[in-house]
Amino acid sequence: MAADAKLPGDPYNLVITGVGGQGNVLASRVLGNIFTQQGYRVTIGETFGASQRGGSVMSHLRISETGTWSPRMPRGRAHVIISLEPTEALRVLADYGNPEVILLCNTRPVHSIAVISGQARYPQQDQLRQWIGDLSARAWFLEATRAAMEMGNPIFANIMMIGALAAADILPVDKDSFKAAVSQIMPEDKVAANCLAFDRGGQMLLKKEPGP
Amino acid sequence: MNELTEGRPGQRLLMMGNQAIARGALEAGVSVAAGYPGTPSSEIIENLAGVAAAAGIYVEWSVNEKVAAEVAAAASFAGLRSLCVMKQNGVNVASDFLLHLAGGGTRGGMVLVPCDDPGALSSINEGESRHFARLLEIPLLEPGDFQEAKDMIKWAFELSEQIGNLVMVRSVTRLSHASGNVELGPMPDFRPKARFRHTGFILDPRQGAVSSAPVAYKHDLQQQKLEKAQDAFENALFNTYTGPENPELLVITASACNLYCREAIEILGLSDRAGLLKLATTWPLPNNLVGRYLEKTGRVLIVEEVIPFLEENIKILAAELALEIGAKTIHAKRDKTLPSVGEMHPDHVIAALAKIFDLSYEAVSADYTEKAGLCVLAGAPGRDLTFCPGCPHRASYWILHNVLALDNREGFVCGDIGCYSLGMRETGYFSLKTMHAMGSGTGLASGFGKLGPFGMDQSIVAVSGDSTFFHAVMPALVNAVHYNADITLVVFDNSGTAMTGFQPHPGLETDAMGQSAPAVDIEAVCRALGAQTTVCDPFEMDQTRDILLEKVSGKNGVQVVIMRRACALSPARRGRPEYEMYLDPQICIGENCGCNKLCTRVFKCPGLNWDDQNRCARIDEVICAGCGVCASVCPAGAITRKKRT
Repeated sequence: MAADAKLPGDPYNLVITGVGGQGNVLASRVLGNIFTQQGYRVTIGETFGASQRGGSVMSHLRISETGTWSPRMPRGRAHVIISLEPTEALRVLADYGNPEVILLCNTRPVHSIAVISGQARYPQQDQLRQWIGDLSARAWFLEATRAAMEMGNPIFANIMMIGALAAADILPVDKDSFKAAVSQIMPEDKVAANCLAFDRGGQMLLKKEPGP
Repeated sequence: MNELTEGRPGQRLLMMGNQAIARGALEAGVSVAAGYPGTPSSEIIENLAGVAAAAGIYVEWSVNEKVAAEVAAAASFAGLRSLCVMKQNGVNVASDFLLHLAGGGTRGGMVLVPCDDPGALSSINEGESRHFARLLEIPLLEPGDFQEAKDMIKWAFELSEQIGNLVMVRSVTRLSHASGNVELGPMPDFRPKARFRHTGFILDPRQGAVSSAPVAYKHDLQQQKLEKAQDAFENALFNTYTGPENPELLVITASACNLYCREAIEILGLSDRAGLLKLATTWPLPNNLVGRYLEKTGRVLIVEEVIPFLEENIKILAAELALEIGAKTIHAKRDKTLPSVGEMHPDHVIAALAKIFDLSYEAVSADYTEKAGLCVLAGAPGRDLTFCPGCPHRASYWILHNVLALDNREGFVCGDIGCYSLGMRETGYFSLKTMHAMGSGTGLASGFGKLGPFGMDQSIVAVSGDSTFFHAVMPALVNAVHYNADITLVVFDNSGTAMTGFQPHPGLETDAMGQSAPAVDIEAVCRALGAQTTVCDPFEMDQTRDILLEKVSGKNGVQVVIMRRACALSPARRGRPEYEMYLDPQICIGENCGCNKLCTRVFKCPGLNWDDQNRCARIDEVICAGCGVCASVCPAGAITRKKRT
């Protein structure tokens, strides 16, 4: 969608969720800068700190033409959820989901210590996709971590998901605005690789139909 | 480009609340900033330290919050503007000095920024700093959004100089760690000269000695300063009202709750019926201003986090004004309209408003909520916090856990705040049994260590981080040595204040501004204090276990074991795995092994998974940090490591 297009809702509410260490905070900062550069008011609420140590990490982005909104999103108000880990998508859907929500989900599981130690079971992938699909209007499942590892570092998964969001054509995000925002917060030598990850994420989405 | 110093006036940037506070201090011409790391406050000093050279300011991570307040106060006494930053607990530590400081007054503007953590997202308490403003009798300001976080810091410096006393600007997690758009203001281009003037008449506030004595005289002066601030608050433009002239309900709020209230009123479509009075000056209250708005209505809702601070102060005022403005129905925490623990949330405000206005509100259909809830229950296993892959604390607690088991006297570990607090949970094998303030583990151990004559025969271990050692452990260690308590202190030295993001401390060779600094050696300090001291590497598990067992089992007064290994996220180790890890599925016999999955069931590093299909352990190549420790954990020798070149 072109950078000068209108927001499909105001405030437009986006959640990025995942597990500590997946680059969630950076992804929200990049998206925040993209919208700030376009003149929107952006509020980002983040839960990090102790959560870095294996806990769930969630960012709420509120994008608006009118002003600053609460950094904590009211219940059931998400328009888009980007999930870097599939079970985290379920957790966010329970609090902020609604039948109209759009979901972009990285399929790579991160097992919690309850799962590792055998006290809890991690659900089967197709079951997870079924649940996530049922709770959203549209859901894309992308193997972003695998693609990022092909690029040499699993951390690129977060940027691939932003590329996928741009390709889904629901928000005014494009390659130029991404490049400008990334250049603002990353050293110059990292920009090219991140642009590559952005493109790769977009291609992954375009190759797929939403759904399990 | 560093936005903090090079951003142009008028430019609108996306800033974290803590960045906005740092920029505000720079725009105010701050010269000295000091603090002690603590979430959610740390990025303020971090940001200022990053631009110290460019801005010509002095920034330090002090050894603890009391010293930080003293360092900042010295700058103020010398006529400079200074900033002092800490998390809520820090104000407790600094409070002894602050009480005396507020009694004696300041010269150059001095602003104290405590960042509270309602909901204890990164704390083990949700204590409040607002009460300190009342106790210290100093003005309290609370920004209601990101722009105000910057602008009110500047105003706080002006106010501090106007009244000659410390001013508190309180932030909370949802401002400090959230981000929003901030329009920049101009930066000053003057540098005042530092000089402490002390040769005048002893009571001269600008030229004499600085002290809170004689108390009756100075206390009276202090209260006059507070009244002056209160007068300024009556006309402060940061106090705002939005809503109808005569609202059915007056909502009074401050801080991040301002944004929750605004959204709740909007969602319920109540902008014509409810008015929102957002206070930026919450102590002392601007009586006339608040009285004027109370007069407009009979019903009030007060929205704030944790303790009913605003509620109590407003109720006192309403009682004093009752004859003029009539009795009010006030909904808040004391009548259970709002919860009195945890963070506030727009949904809490929505629920309170819906109840007061008798509206029904359903965020999503009950059907959807039920379905999603069931999916989470069935498909989203909980994520208990855990040490990072490659964390030295996992190895240290594994050793401690085993040593206490071998010692077999129902021994226990006393600790405090840091990543190693997780020793109380599964990831630290439930070894940690007491957890309180910084340094309290050692103080408690010192006390337990004297209970032998009362029949106590358990082994007593205290743990401390390296930054904590300097912050508050040293006096407790002196106490334990002097009174010959039978304890073992284990210092988890991971080369930085890891919990809060690697801020330097006095044990390191670099200071906050990146300059080289003389390091204070923990080992030498412990020896000088008279403790038997040994340094070991937690990754050398067998050797370290033997050393620790000998220390814990003996009854020889205070023993110190320094477990030294840099944090897995430290710049020195991050992204540089030491070993390639291999797991041989032929050797791992899983459930059939006598160990019954020791590696995943008990050791539980996130880098090791249990492969249900092949019924053996598996290294997760995305998560494994290559520390090599699990090779010593597997009794079958199925895990091997190869040094990376």
